[in-house]
Amino acid sequence: MIKFVNICKEYKAGVTALYNINTEIDKGEFVFLVGSSGAGKSTLIKLLLKEEGITSGKMFLNNKDITWVPNRRIPYIRRQIGVVFQDFRLLPNKTIYENVAFAMEIVGAHPKEIRRRVPMILSMVDLSRKAGSYPDQLSGGEQQRVSIARAIVNNPPVLIADEPTGNLDPDTAGEIMRVLQDINNRGTTILMATHAKDIVNSMKKRVIALEGGRLVRDEEKGGYSVEIPNI
Amino acid sequence: MGAASITSISAVLLILGVVLILVLSINNVVLDTKVKFDEIEVFLEDDLESTVLDNIEDKVKGQTGVISIMFRSKDQALALMKEEWGDEAYLLEGLDTNPLPDSYVVKVNDIEFAENLVNTIKTLDGVEEVKYYKDIIDKLLIFAGYIRFGGIVIIGILVFISVFIISNTIKITVSSRRREINIMKYVGATNGYIRGPFIIEGILFGIIGAALSIGLVYFGYDYFYSSMNEKLYNLFTFYLVSPESIFSDIAIMFGTIGAGIGALGSLVSLKRFLNV
Ligand SMILES: Nc1ncnc2c1ncn2[C@@H]1O[C@H](COP(=O)(O)OP(=O)(O)O)[C@@H](O)[C@H]1O
Ligand SMILES: [Mg+2]
Repeated sequence: MIKFVNICKEYKAGVTALYNINTEIDKGEFVFLVGSSGAGKSTLIKLLLKEEGITSGKMFLNNKDITWVPNRRIPYIRRQIGVVFQDFRLLPNKTIYENVAFAMEIVGAHPKEIRRRVPMILSMVDLSRKAGSYPDQLSGGEQQRVSIARAIVNNPPVLIADEPTGNLDPDTAGEIMRVLQDINNRGTTILMATHAKDIVNSMKKRVIALEGGRLVRDEEKGGYSVEIPNI
Repeated sequence: MGAASITSISAVLLILGVVLILVLSINNVVLDTKVKFDEIEVFLEDDLESTVLDNIEDKVKGQTGVISIMFRSKDQALALMKEEWGDEAYLLEGLDTNPLPDSYVVKVNDIEFAENLVNTIKTLDGVEEVKYYKDIIDKLLIFAGYIRFGGIVIIGILVFISVFIISNTIKITVSSRRREINIMKYVGATNGYIRGPFIIEGILFGIIGAALSIGLVYFGYDYFYSSMNEKLYNLFTFYLVSPESIFSDIAIMFGTIGAGIGALGSLVSLKRFLNV
């Protein structure tokens, strides 16, 4: 589904965020991208979203080479990747329903399809009751579920989450993880960047660890860190 | 925000209107003058045979651009001269003989392109001299050319400035919706989809600004016209273009330019924000 081959990313001369990343994520996988702050997690995600250019190496999505795509094609790449951020990024003057419907309008979905699908997705993230509310009337966990609903409403094959639980307390974070697991169970590939140890350790998923821009570990059913303490 | 855009578009179009009326009036003068001087006078040698005259007449009629040809005898020419001289006509009374030659008066389509015709006529048998007002026309055309060029330069500069102003005012709107644009980009909105509403907004500002300036220019000029037209004619023997005759041109032109400036201003201001 996603493949990185010898990916390097240098922001400015001297600021290298990623060194030689090689890894492949299969369809339907649930993968944690871990590492301390500044390790390069967000950078890797930005490359995938075509928000930042690649310095060298190759990147594939769905077996298609997306290392370089013309600017006008970028929106179509992004439509295949749902994305969720730590800060929710909802539109404050739109209702929950409108925030989700907005994502479908943008890709030119039929109004009938929008009316059918938005309530369905909202019920999937257990927010049907809040459809008419505004983001600031919702708790953090609820807002994040809205942003997840928006990310998957167009049914993308891949969902990327950059520290989705970063602003949430542990209980709420658990709630979010259940929603993500649910989505993954329906076949969506998930890549989640996080440094929430407890979550990673309890979910027993594949873990890719970055450290200073290098891939240092790739482990099936792994924990946040290896048992041997770092030297 | 909108008010600033609308005002600046109006201001630009207002100045544009003044420049435009100036250019149109000059054009008017040129056209007027061209019509007044659309004659070529062909002076003939004395006592020509009627066959020679017929020949000249036929040859001239056969040329492209010739509207009519009329014979003017030396007596008619003298009478005309007396008429034109008016109070000073008594000076002509002392002449024993009529010094003027017979002539043909040739009316042409466009005096600007009469040079070839004149050269041809000069070669005909019996033609003594050909006179037309080339110098005046040439000078006038050159002058009108400068005015037009200057007008275009001024208009160009104004359009550039106003695009800059609009783009800056719209930039404020855009940056207040930066968050929304950013989210749209992540969900996969095309640049065209994002630009749409802003361009419509820009065009709307442009059209409102144009409507304001059309009103101002029209009524302002109408006032100026009704108070000045007679005076200017008495002083310089030319008429201003009438407000009615330019209204639809101005309306179309201002509408188009206003909408264009608005759209361009939006595009320029969006450029920076679309690179997410
Ligand atoms: N736009 C940028 N310009 C320059 N350096 C950047 C930029 N974004 C991130 N970096 C640098 O790249 C490195 C990795 O950052 P990031 O990918 O955000 O790490 P993480 O998400 O793992 O915390 C850091 O050293 C950071 O300072
Ligand atoms: Mg990060």
